[in-house]
Order: sequence, then structure tokens, then C-alpha cells
Amino acid sequence: MKPAPFDYHRPASLDEALALLATDEDAKPLAGGQSLVPMLNFRLARPSALVDLGAIGELAGIRLDDGTLVVGSMTRQWDLEHAPETFPLLRDALSFVGHTATRCRGTVGGSLVHADPTAELAVCALALRAEMVTNRRSIAAEEFFVSVFTTALEPGELLIEVRFPAPDGPTAFAEHIQRHGDFAVVCVARTGDRIAVGGVAPTPVLWNGGGVEPIGDLFAPAGYKADVAKQLVERVSS
Amino acid sequence: MIEIVVTVNGKRHERRVEPRLLLSDFLRYDLALYGTHVGCEHGVCGACTVLLDGRPARSCLTLAAQADGHEILTVESLADGATLHPLQQAFHENFGLQCGFCTAGILMTASFFLAQNPDPTEEEVRAELAGNLCRCTGYAPIVDSILAAAASLRG
Repeated sequence: MKPAPFDYHRPASLDEALALLATDEDAKPLAGGQSLVPMLNFRLARPSALVDLGAIGELAGIRLDDGTLVVGSMTRQWDLEHAPETFPLLRDALSFVGHTATRCRGTVGGSLVHADPTAELAVCALALRAEMVTNRRSIAAEEFFVSVFTTALEPGELLIEVRFPAPDGPTAFAEHIQRHGDFAVVCVARTGDRIAVGGVAPTPVLWNGGGVEPIGDLFAPAGYKADVAKQLVERVSS
Repeated sequence: MIEIVVTVNGKRHERRVEPRLLLSDFLRYDLALYGTHVGCEHGVCGACTVLLDGRPARSCLTLAAQADGHEILTVESLADGATLHPLQQAFHENFGLQCGFCTAGILMTASFFLAQNPDPTEEEVRAELAGNLCRCTGYAPIVDSILAAAASLRG
């Protein structure tokens, strides 16, 4: 349960980080480490090198830009949860992300790029029509999440900031979990008449009114998840 | 090997470490601070929680290299000589520990929690404790201890 050996770099600028990632295709960026370090400890991930983004100040920060909430990828989840600019939807959802200790280290960008299909931030990103701004382009949330732990990011591409447009209409977040802080069985985010559901497919999906056909797992059979999703959608719609 | 400079409990340490060295192992084996306990090593149990720049962090999910230039507080920072910290005193008086394995992490979690929320409800204490596994007490005396510590710290 100790990581395999790797090289470690801590660049002070984004350009330096991109250059390091460009020279070694087996290198991984390290954000807050709250998903990557467990994978290193289990040796599920064995990168040749880590490029620690922790010293790049320009990647962290929260601001409002004409109503759009712009969040730097290295912004800690706890900071977004407690920022006065934060949308209530994001504040509610963030309270379900892990625990205080993991939110204080874990980053907004790290969670989105990890692309766990139950991740609260990913579900909110889809509900809010977030735009993922990288060093090369801007990717809509609907295009960004490709499959379990897989995004549209290409080798050498780094998430720089996330732009959450102001919600048009009422918002609500609901989640079913066995214990506070666990990974969600199902979670649901609503903005206006748009509802995103997590935990029922390889990526967060939009609710089409007809229900979902999840894949069951050890803890929650498919039919149970479908029922829970329907209940949660009703709850956020009322 | 890389050079790091970390301030732990107010004392500056310069060490050469492997990049893969976890902060938890750095504290225990390089600095002989055995108060920080290592349980699950993947961020679930909370036993290894320390404060990094004043905020709680799982030391098993933090590389020692990431702590370079930062300040760490471990459970050893709480007591002032033989005088227990109000949190430790409350755990002592309310039977807040049995085997003690989870206690260091709970004390560090609670110290940040009470600084943010000096007058929490029992429900809030229980929600916060979801990140720290205890397999002895059933949590009731831990919740009592934290509520007692909150009252004591408010004075």
C-alpha cells in the first residue's frame, strides 16, 4: 500500500507544467491528490512522474464575470463551498463531496477531470451547462465527460478554469448515500427545467423525463438505482 | 531524492525524501512523531488527519513533497506540557476513547471543526465525524466529548 516510485516536479508556472507534461506522456498532473494518491497507494496508477500543480498560483481563484462563476481548476473544494460568490447549488452539492479534510485538499478541477460518474461537481457542471476551459479550447460539460474516469482531454491538455453560467431558474441538489461522505448511490442537480443525474450511467446524464436504465453494483441493484433516481428527481422538482 | 523543508509543530525540519514518501510515513518514520496513526492508507478512515496550514488533511493522501514549505500540526501539538488541550481533557472526562487508534485523527478534525463552528449541534458533530471511523465506542461518548469541548472552549 505504498506508491511505486515516480519522479516529482513542482513547476511554478503553467508554461513550465505544460512543458514537463509534453516531454513525458506517462507523467500525470497532481492537483489535490484526493483521488490520485489513493490510486497511487493501491498501485492502480503508476505514472513515471507527477507534475504537482500546487505551486501555480494562477490556477486557483474564484470570480464572477458578468454573472458567470469562473473557478480556477486548482481552487480547493472547501474554498468554493465557502466563497461568497458561490451558487447555492454548488454549495449544497459540495457539502456531499467527501469530508472536510478531503475538501480542504481536493480541487474543483481535480474532481471534474477524475470524472467519477457519481461525482457531485460533475453532475452540477452538466446541470449548469459549465464550460471547461483548457490550455487549448473550451469544452462543454456535455462533451467533456466521455466515460467512467475518462474525459475529452487529450494528452498534454490541462484544465485551466471552469465557467459556470448563472442558473436560469430555481436550483436544487439531492443525493442518496448510505453514510455521509460516501460516494453517491445517485445524485441529482436541477437548474430551471434541466436536471442532471449522477450514478446511473458511465457519465452524468440529463434526465429526459422517462427514467434511467442504470447498471447495478454490489451495493445498489439497477432497479433500486432507477427508483432512487426517480424519487430524487421528484424531490428537486417540487 | 528531493529536498524538503517542513515546519512541524513549530519546528523546522530539512530532509531528503523519496518523492513517493507519504506525509504520514514522513511524520512517523523520519520525525518519530508516532501520534499520527495510519489506518486505511486510502483516505477513508481519517486516523492520519493532521492540520496543513491550519486545515485538516489526510496525511496518507498527501506526499511529503507536497508539504514542502508548509506548516503541519499533529496531535503532539495539542497539549501544553502536562496540561491537556480542552479537547483532550473533554475526551478524558467523557470516555471519548477506548483503544485510542482513531483518537488523534478525531482530535485534529475536531480542532478545525470547532474553530469554524464553536457552538455546533449534535447533528453537525455527527455529520463531521462521518469522516473518522471508530470501531470501539459507537461514537456516543465521542460526540459527548466534542460537545463538552465546544462548551469548554467557548468559556
